[in-house]
Amino acid sequence: MNDWLYLVEFLLVLLLAPLASGVINRVKAMFAGRHGKPLLQLYYDIFKLLRKGEVLGENVTWVFSAGPVIAMVSSMAALALLPLGGVSSPLAFQGDFILCAYLLGMGRFATILAALDTGSPFEGMGASREALLGALGEPVLFLALLALITTAESLGVPKELSLSTLFNGFSPQAWLSGRPELVMLIFVMGVLLLMENCRIPVDDPTTHLELTMIHEVMILDHSGPSLAFVEYGAALKLWLFSSLLTGLVLPAMPVWAYTLSSLLGVFFCAALVGVIESVMARLRMHVVPALAGLAGSVAAFVLILTLVR
Amino acid sequence: MDTFLLALLLMAAGALLTGVVALRPVSHATNRTANFIGPASAAAACLLGVYGLFSGGWSSAESFMLPWGLPFGAFALGLDPLSRLFLLPVFALGFTCALAGCISLRHSDPAEHNLGAHWLFYLLLLLGMTCVMTARDALFFMLSWEIMSLSPFFLIDFNDRDRAVQDASWVYLVAAHLGAVLLIAFFALLWQECDSTLFSAMAVKAPVHGTALFLLALLGFGAKAGLAPLHVWLPEAHPAAPSHVSALLSGAMLNAGLYGIIRSLDFFGPAHEMPGWWGWLLMAAGMLTALMGILKALAQSNLKRLLAYSSVENMGLMVMGAGIGLVGIHTGSAWTAALGFAGCLFHMLNHSAFKGLLFLCAGEVLHATGTVDMTKLGGIQQRMPMLGVLFALGAASIACLPPFNGFAGEFVLSLSMLRSLELPGMEQKIAMLACLTGLMLTSGLSAAVYAKAYGMTFLGQARTDAAAHLHAPQNRFLLPLVIPAAACVLGGLFAPWAFSMVQPTLDFIPVMHAGLITPAAGVISSTESLLARISLIGGAALALVVLFALIRRALLARRGIRRGPVWGCGYQYGTPRIQYSPASFVEPAARIFGGVMGTTVKTEKPAGLFPAPVRLDVDAPDVVRGRFYAPLFQLMEKGCNALKILQNGLVNMYILYILVTLVALLIWGIA
Repeated sequence: MNDWLYLVEFLLVLLLAPLASGVINRVKAMFAGRHGKPLLQLYYDIFKLLRKGEVLGENVTWVFSAGPVIAMVSSMAALALLPLGGVSSPLAFQGDFILCAYLLGMGRFATILAALDTGSPFEGMGASREALLGALGEPVLFLALLALITTAESLGVPKELSLSTLFNGFSPQAWLSGRPELVMLIFVMGVLLLMENCRIPVDDPTTHLELTMIHEVMILDHSGPSLAFVEYGAALKLWLFSSLLTGLVLPAMPVWAYTLSSLLGVFFCAALVGVIESVMARLRMHVVPALAGLAGSVAAFVLILTLVR
Repeated sequence: MDTFLLALLLMAAGALLTGVVALRPVSHATNRTANFIGPASAAAACLLGVYGLFSGGWSSAESFMLPWGLPFGAFALGLDPLSRLFLLPVFALGFTCALAGCISLRHSDPAEHNLGAHWLFYLLLLLGMTCVMTARDALFFMLSWEIMSLSPFFLIDFNDRDRAVQDASWVYLVAAHLGAVLLIAFFALLWQECDSTLFSAMAVKAPVHGTALFLLALLGFGAKAGLAPLHVWLPEAHPAAPSHVSALLSGAMLNAGLYGIIRSLDFFGPAHEMPGWWGWLLMAAGMLTALMGILKALAQSNLKRLLAYSSVENMGLMVMGAGIGLVGIHTGSAWTAALGFAGCLFHMLNHSAFKGLLFLCAGEVLHATGTVDMTKLGGIQQRMPMLGVLFALGAASIACLPPFNGFAGEFVLSLSMLRSLELPGMEQKIAMLACLTGLMLTSGLSAAVYAKAYGMTFLGQARTDAAAHLHAPQNRFLLPLVIPAAACVLGGLFAPWAFSMVQPTLDFIPVMHAGLITPAAGVISSTESLLARISLIGGAALALVVLFALIRRALLARRGIRRGPVWGCGYQYGTPRIQYSPASFVEPAARIFGGVMGTTVKTEKPAGLFPAPVRLDVDAPDVVRGRFYAPLFQLMEKGCNALKILQNGLVNMYILYILVTLVALLIWGIA
């Protein structure tokens, strides 16, 4: 029964994922005093792209075409490990967060290789930056997860420790049982959301100058269905990190209420990203690692606080 | 055991035959003969050996004793699961590298190379490694260890006209001997205490100077495994050696160091009497080695040197795993103990597969283009698609990406550190978690390293003519490389099965005492089910990738694919030289980690109205070698030169020395 419910939730997420980017764009337009793109713009884009042909660089190989597919599938697989709408993933197992993080790493690896395959200096630049950010993001994510895990272990959570137990109403319950330090993880996950999805202040997805981009410059040469895969994969990744963030905040509820509030939560995250993008400028490239360091130190601080009880 | 002994005999016979060939005057005919006898006997012996490993039952322990002519020591062989597990990569890679070597050496010039000698030492290396992992007597062990350590010197020195190769092989020889000296001291002290050279006798009681012995073993075996700061020979020797030799050295011989560390745990008495800090020392040494190795690897632009530093990193992770296991045993945590050792051993198996594959691929690149300097390569994927696929598989495996085997090993290792709350004491918990975070940083960086290694060598456009006009080998010559590649893929997709091979070994980890073995078996079987879940998800993801690739193809069938120039900001006339280079790829990372690891970034900024050509260099000189070993050896050289005053070649002076000594002795005797 629960497995079917999860399947429904999962399909719902697959269906709604591109909407979040519409929300971001709408919020940014509102701040700029414009009317902005339609909410469903990404759906239109994806369907249009799927019907188009592709232009490939003169010297690219299968690696270039495989990149978007692998990136999208790995985001999808990572998403399938998350608890969705209060329902535990049927795939959940002890330590699945490790698999989740490395699946995202696989997607990043494929994207980087696809970018390097073009031989374009711009894409090489993006690849180089993404490789570094990926390497820095991974320990930060783990520090945050470890804080949750040690809390769960010291509170004696009976079930096996997986994403489905840690991000399913666990954290608010821990706040109330005397672990308020976990609130700080919201900041950490927020920074990770911005970093992994290449949003301002780490990267500006709408800039017109290739020299300042990270993610967008890596996908410059994709077109047609491949670009559709890239866009959809990015939407899934945004959803994944937003669900992690909402999973930290939402308390346990009945399934329908949880589904509704987690959807609202994800869209709220998207709106928040829109606000941040509207009121902030992108950080200079060499300050970004410091931001990762800050998030990492906060997470380490939380971890030590959870340990000293 | 009989088949296994037959394999040993076959290796010895092959070595004898190639030795005879090597003594003949070198000609095309002798080289051809040697290049047939050598690989054929090595391959046959390895196949027999693998059969011998499995035929007696994977989890059984056998032993064998032969009369021995020497006054002390014994010809004692044993084959327990620990030996079996470490012998598996030796035989598998021995087979693969023999075939790959046979193919790559088939056109070597008799004026430069004596293949008889090459294959003689190859077979001796195999024989040495096999005996090291089966020896049950200290003297026999040290003899095998010396054979194993000496033969690579001649293998590395294959292209001995090259000055750099000569230097590298000398560095190797010195490092190997310094390590061996410590081991001789280690076994001599043990011998003195136990009055027997048999391992079984040494394991009876705890030695008096346990800590000193442990440190000797750690340094001696660590030098072989490439533990920092004893790793300096690795980045020199591996790039210099022919690639099939580097593959065997990196994938099998380094393991001997790890084997030694684990085996020697037997000699320190019961685990609970060992000081607790031993495990922590191993863990810290492993973690620091891993971080140092991967950061150094990041900065390299020589593909084989990059792979060598990455071997340092992986050996570090394995030693860390062993350290975790020791900590677990000391604190009585079955979870930590079982998964620490299992992760260490599992990672060892996996590392042998992908590092062997990557070195062999690098060898093919070298063969085709004449260089492994990544600043001169690029675009090989287009020209040698099959080789590109093989390297990509190896790179994804070693970067710990699911669903390949590297991830399975890394998963077990990280899982072993998750139960830190079972440890007593805050600082222990924090240390364990810090180590886990370090592991994550290491694996994140290794993804960057291998994105660079694959991207710069195989992708993009050829940076020089050497890469553009390469001599692509026929695909059938790449067949030996398929063996380790298949191990990488299948080891990931059937990870639980591969992991179950480690299980019987755990009972034979010397310090696993009876109280831990039963709960450890439970931990292992539950980990197997987790790995089964991972394999399932990985397989499903792989199927989805294929599905979406087919969907894309179907969508494009109607619209077609056009080829056009890559977007260059509107500028269409770029040359391959404007691509990102290996140095520029790692420049951001090198700036961040430069302070820690001694990476140097040299940039020349464009200046003036008509800027001259500028360049960016990222270099990571080995700090340990430059700041520690080089001054040390210079000091020693100075000291030795100073002693030359005494040894001045004048016979009458020497007679004077004798006279002075005699008089001095006489006076001493009278007094």
